[in-house]
Amino acid sequence: MNIDFRTPEYSIHRDGVRCTNCRICVHQCANEAHIWDEKQKKVLADDIKCVNCHRCVLTCPTRALSIGSYPLEFKPNAHWTPHYITSIFKQASSGAMLLAGMGTDKPYPVYWDHLLINASQVTNPSIDPLREPMELKTFLGRKPDSLKIENGKLTEKMPPQLELETPIMFAAMSFGAISLNAMTSLAIAAEKMGTFYNTGEGGLHSSLYKYGKNTIVQVASGRFGVHTDYLWAGSAIEIKIGQGAKPGIGGHLPGEKVGLDVSLTRMIPEGSDAISPAPHHDIYSIEDLRQLIYSLKEATDYSKPVAVKIAAVHNIAAIASGAARAGADIIVIDGFRGGTGAAPLRTRDNVGIPIELALAAVDSRLRSESIRHQVSLVVAGSIRCSSDVIKAIAIGADACYIGSAALMALGCHMCQKCYTGKCNWGIATQNPNLTKRLDPVAGAERAANLLKAWSHEIKEMLGGMGINALESLRGNRLMLRGIGLTEKELSILGVKHAGE
Amino acid sequence: MQFREGQVRIPSGCAISGIMNRKGNLFSGNDIIKSIALMHDRSNGLGGGFAAYGIYPEYADFYAIHMFYESGACRETTETFLNEHFEIEIGGKIPTRKVASVTNAPIIWRYFVQPKPDRLLQSGLEVDEYVAQCVMRINSEYSGAFVVSSGKNMGAFKGVGYPEDMGEFYKLDTYKGYLWTAHGRFPTNTPGWWGGAHPFTLLDWSIVHNGEISSYDANRRYLEMFGYKCSLQTDTEAITYIFDLLLRKHNLPLDVVVTAMAAPFWSAIERMEPEKRELVKSIRTVFGPLLVNGPFSIILGSRKGFVALNDRIKLRALVAAEKGDYVYVASEESAIREVCPQPDKVWAVAGGEPVIAMLEGVDQL
Ligand code: SF4
Ligand code: SF4
Repeated sequence: MNIDFRTPEYSIHRDGVRCTNCRICVHQCANEAHIWDEKQKKVLADDIKCVNCHRCVLTCPTRALSIGSYPLEFKPNAHWTPHYITSIFKQASSGAMLLAGMGTDKPYPVYWDHLLINASQVTNPSIDPLREPMELKTFLGRKPDSLKIENGKLTEKMPPQLELETPIMFAAMSFGAISLNAMTSLAIAAEKMGTFYNTGEGGLHSSLYKYGKNTIVQVASGRFGVHTDYLWAGSAIEIKIGQGAKPGIGGHLPGEKVGLDVSLTRMIPEGSDAISPAPHHDIYSIEDLRQLIYSLKEATDYSKPVAVKIAAVHNIAAIASGAARAGADIIVIDGFRGGTGAAPLRTRDNVGIPIELALAAVDSRLRSESIRHQVSLVVAGSIRCSSDVIKAIAIGADACYIGSAALMALGCHMCQKCYTGKCNWGIATQNPNLTKRLDPVAGAERAANLLKAWSHEIKEMLGGMGINALESLRGNRLMLRGIGLTEKELSILGVKHAGE
Repeated sequence: MQFREGQVRIPSGCAISGIMNRKGNLFSGNDIIKSIALMHDRSNGLGGGFAAYGIYPEYADFYAIHMFYESGACRETTETFLNEHFEIEIGGKIPTRKVASVTNAPIIWRYFVQPKPDRLLQSGLEVDEYVAQCVMRINSEYSGAFVVSSGKNMGAFKGVGYPEDMGEFYKLDTYKGYLWTAHGRFPTNTPGWWGGAHPFTLLDWSIVHNGEISSYDANRRYLEMFGYKCSLQTDTEAITYIFDLLLRKHNLPLDVVVTAMAAPFWSAIERMEPEKRELVKSIRTVFGPLLVNGPFSIILGSRKGFVALNDRIKLRALVAAEKGDYVYVASEESAIREVCPQPDKVWAVAGGEPVIAMLEGVDQL
């Protein structure tokens, strides 16, 4: 007998008393985990297809559904955990790489959770954000050493800057990896909140040009959808060298996701695979990066800041310093917990370093070289909440990108199956039956609400520290203390231990 | 174990006072001592000091280096350094009086010097920068030695004790200057180190400061990129360096510097005329890391005059007054009225709005 070694990860519980066999779950589940049995005239479940995305749970009118872990245990073994055993089963059967969506779920140290924030007591009053102005305005772009001023006038123009009302932007997610409705949601939210979203590497859909003022357009190794109008459409251009979830690896959008709209936007034939090479084929060294940076600046008359996005890898400090010297106005560092539409699982889970350490190392390096102010630092890859943002800024970031968190605001439930194209929340899919589930107006409202809520929280904590403008927190590592960290970790993060 | 400034950050509250004659007429230290003494309760005996301008007319072209030494040995090693880098016109002990409450005084010396021309040439630096770098080197590399002040025709006199006792100790009643500032300190710790008292100085700049700034580390880390060593870890030191960087090194006008340090709110910037708006916006964009956040009131003294400044939401008291050619600022109005009972004009200084007093004929600090 030929046994399929696969076993379900989740089990679907249907309360027989509550279920009315209305079949809503059958229609809602793109993974076909719910099946209508014509003979028995009732809805059944196929556990093995369930990805635990909660779509059915939240749409069932009688609350008949719940999902749990599948009650199946291997003999306990600290080394051969179920993950490794089932991975071997899968690969022995498929002969293929394991794929994953979103960022790594491994229990690596989360340094945000080992940092504590300061507050004022007695010697220095805290400031109440309800009574006093509390400023989060942030500028991204190259800053000169000084200003030339004559008779109260600037005699030299400032380099172009992005002006953010809150230090949080929506990270690069391409049209193709996510749906047009998801992108539109983020574009509207960015406009509403005075911040920016990023096109990712998939070009800019014609309907989104009107949000150009709040758009950062990306140029990646595949050059999909890159043309003059595109470069001019946004307020800044980002060169993507690498991505935290899969440093050193290119991208692959399967042909099934390349429908008419995606094909037009990316400028590739319908149904063809969109493959981004691992490196840019015109960048094999730092001087080549300089050429691309300046080609893009030339192409846009030096009117837009150019960002370079790099994955947090071991030698990040030197790489970032090279990028700054190559002419980058903004450096984006993407930590190893950053999300993705699809990545080889082993790469996602094992390559790169945590953003907290990468950020601290880069900020310190740029300062020791006296060039930190010339370039803005944006961090991405694992920002979960407002206090993560505060900690990132206190370590030295100018602003943060949020990707996974932004998608969660739109309804993503972190099932990590983005690479299947069957996202039941209408986000990581191009299937029109699924994408229509996400209303861009409602989505924008939720994404904007998230930024609003975090901004309030940031103001509250800033006021607590006796600070009323975000720039006074930037790189202000005295406002942080470590907890449960080794000397080495403290020294890399540049913070003292709690109690010191 | 006792910690000192430089090993630990010590927040403190304080009193400050300043008096200047705009015509440059000299007056003795008596008034400034009386003024700061009135605010006795704002200090706790752990630090007091004065900066005086115009006190060395006979050596007006020399850098007056005031020093603290912990021992004769460190005086010798530091003097070797001084001799290598400077021509010393004259040096000697700063005269002091015995005051019962003042104990543990270090060896207090002053020298009137000029940079050695060949050394200066070799260094390729401007003369002020040469002196500033020598000062920072002594403070960070010569343990037991501390440069109290290093400007021309000015000096700082400070130590551990109430400011009025310091005035007595240093015989400030016998000096005459056209600008005096004073400081009484209330540290929350007991460092008991003479170098940690205010004013903090560099070249002609002297700062007396009341407050605890919350932007300290952001300010410090930016300054360090421009070659400053914040070895004392005090707010006063950082604020002095901010003025030095913006005024002396970048050569920016005083109003721009004040805008950088106590910036108007964005809501106010929105309402400005377009040209002004662009300028102020650029100042905040470029010099954001030098915004001084949290409560402070400061008096920056220089040879040409002083500027007194409050933080932008006025979390510390500061009062100013005028009478004839005299300008007064102090933490409390009573400290002004103590020495000038009937001022022509008295006002509470608004947050972020500087009080600028300059010698006649001078238009930039
Ligand atoms: S949606 Fe709920 S009630 Fe309807 S069939 Fe599914 S489980 Fe039953
Ligand atoms: S985007 Fe969709 S598929 Fe991807 S994790 Fe979120 S819910 Fe799952």
